[in-house]
Amino acid sequence: MTATGRPKREPARHVVARVDEIAEGKSKLVHVEGRDIAIFNVKGEFLAIANRCPHEGADLCKGNVVPLIESDDPGVVKLSRHGELVRCPWHGWEFDLRTGKSWCDPARTRVKSFDVAVEQGKRLVEGPYQTEVYKISVDEEYVVLEL
Amino acid sequence: METSVLERTDDKAETLGVVDCDVHPAFSRPDQLSDYLPERWKQHIREYAIRTANPLLGTLPYPRLTPGNGMRRDSWPPAGGPPASDLDFLREQLLEQCNIDYGILQPLAAGSVAFNMELGAALCSALNDWQIDKFAGPEPRLRASICIPQEDAKDAVAEIDKRVTDRRFVQIAMPPRTIEPAGRRRYWPIYEAAEHYGLPIGLHTSAFGYRPNTPSGWSSFYLEEHFAASNSLQTVMSSMIMEGVFEQFPKLKIVLVEGGFSWLPSLFWRMDREWKRMRSEVPHVKRKPSEYAAENFWYTTQPIEEPEKNTHLLDILRWIGPDRLMFSTDYPHWDFDDPRYAFKVPLTPAEKSAIFRDNAIKLFGLEK
Repeated sequence: MTATGRPKREPARHVVARVDEIAEGKSKLVHVEGRDIAIFNVKGEFLAIANRCPHEGADLCKGNVVPLIESDDPGVVKLSRHGELVRCPWHGWEFDLRTGKSWCDPARTRVKSFDVAVEQGKRLVEGPYQTEVYKISVDEEYVVLEL
Repeated sequence: METSVLERTDDKAETLGVVDCDVHPAFSRPDQLSDYLPERWKQHIREYAIRTANPLLGTLPYPRLTPGNGMRRDSWPPAGGPPASDLDFLREQLLEQCNIDYGILQPLAAGSVAFNMELGAALCSALNDWQIDKFAGPEPRLRASICIPQEDAKDAVAEIDKRVTDRRFVQIAMPPRTIEPAGRRRYWPIYEAAEHYGLPIGLHTSAFGYRPNTPSGWSSFYLEEHFAASNSLQTVMSSMIMEGVFEQFPKLKIVLVEGGFSWLPSLFWRMDREWKRMRSEVPHVKRKPSEYAAENFWYTTQPIEEPEKNTHLLDILRWIGPDRLMFSTDYPHWDFDDPRYAFKVPLTPAEKSAIFRDNAIKLFGLEK
């Protein structure tokens, strides 16, 4: 039996936040198709990962947003990628907001990352998109998550 | 704001509630304990503060994971105050969410290690009143620990005598980093009282102690402090066994809290071997050291060890015996273990109910 003729499942676009709702360095928890997803504002860019920490289940949306801390030699510390990692609110696992991989165990301990984009309200009103709560205004910008 | 909320499938297969052997209640304001002190000590603290062996006054020797100071970042009560100071939020976030039937309070405050021993005794007594007034009184699922000034055994025993008829107290609490190793005879009157009353003694690894966190002094990093906790509990065990405490008090029950357990096999392989070779140095130690470990000691699980291969944990756990381990969360501290997810090994239903509930019910007499 082949899949020929069956409808393809198109990715759905969900309007999950108004851009001004998530301040820089902050996050918002959203629920989309039964999933808990944490959306972060990293210097104006929006990144999304699954909210549940794979280690013991804490809410990553409540974690501290941190830079990458590295050291080539004792006494020399390098900070980079400011705001691009979230540290779990319980045990401090650091997850890369761009990939969902943890820094210490990227192969095994990782969360799913999701594509998000910022869209103008005037483009959204043309659809297709899913929103049950947001009244889309043509003058505003929205965070749209693809699932 | 949400477009849809689906119920997350819950792993809570077990219907029986959990016993959490390590819950840390907190003061709602820094001077709250003074409400339970006589005027003489209130004034003393105002004028001279509470001096302990900690190198810095008024802070932990290793301030940690700030902002949050070592607390779960999601544990700050919405109504204000520090984590675990608000009973309603503690009920909601810990007892309800984690299906906890009983939580054993482990107050971490300076009473047992104050340099001024009279002040220390007063602080312990105040801590005991405070636990009942704010937590174990209004919430029957929470049970208290009798804090004692262990360096003055007479005062310590007096505090035990004073509290023992109140069944809301289910254990005696003392810190592991005592002035002398825990097996020394200056502490025996406490052990005599504990055995007499059938009350376990919980030794919780703690930021407080008379001694530095390692045998060579203070470590540089908090990360080192975090596992130095195991060393302090190993010292407690070997000292109590080698001094003959359990020959004198065979029914004494000791709970080692928050120091791990995976080190037990190797410690006792060594201790048993040396005992076989040098038993004549300690003829009062009549049995193999591991036999005392299997009869007089219990161990709480948090922070759970996480070997690369989870099944290794199972081997260790079965060496120790599932009847010795008792689940704990350490709420509201950052290294909290969630009973639903902490054990990543396939326990049998019997092991599970022993570790998560039955061992503690029996040890602390919780359902009498």
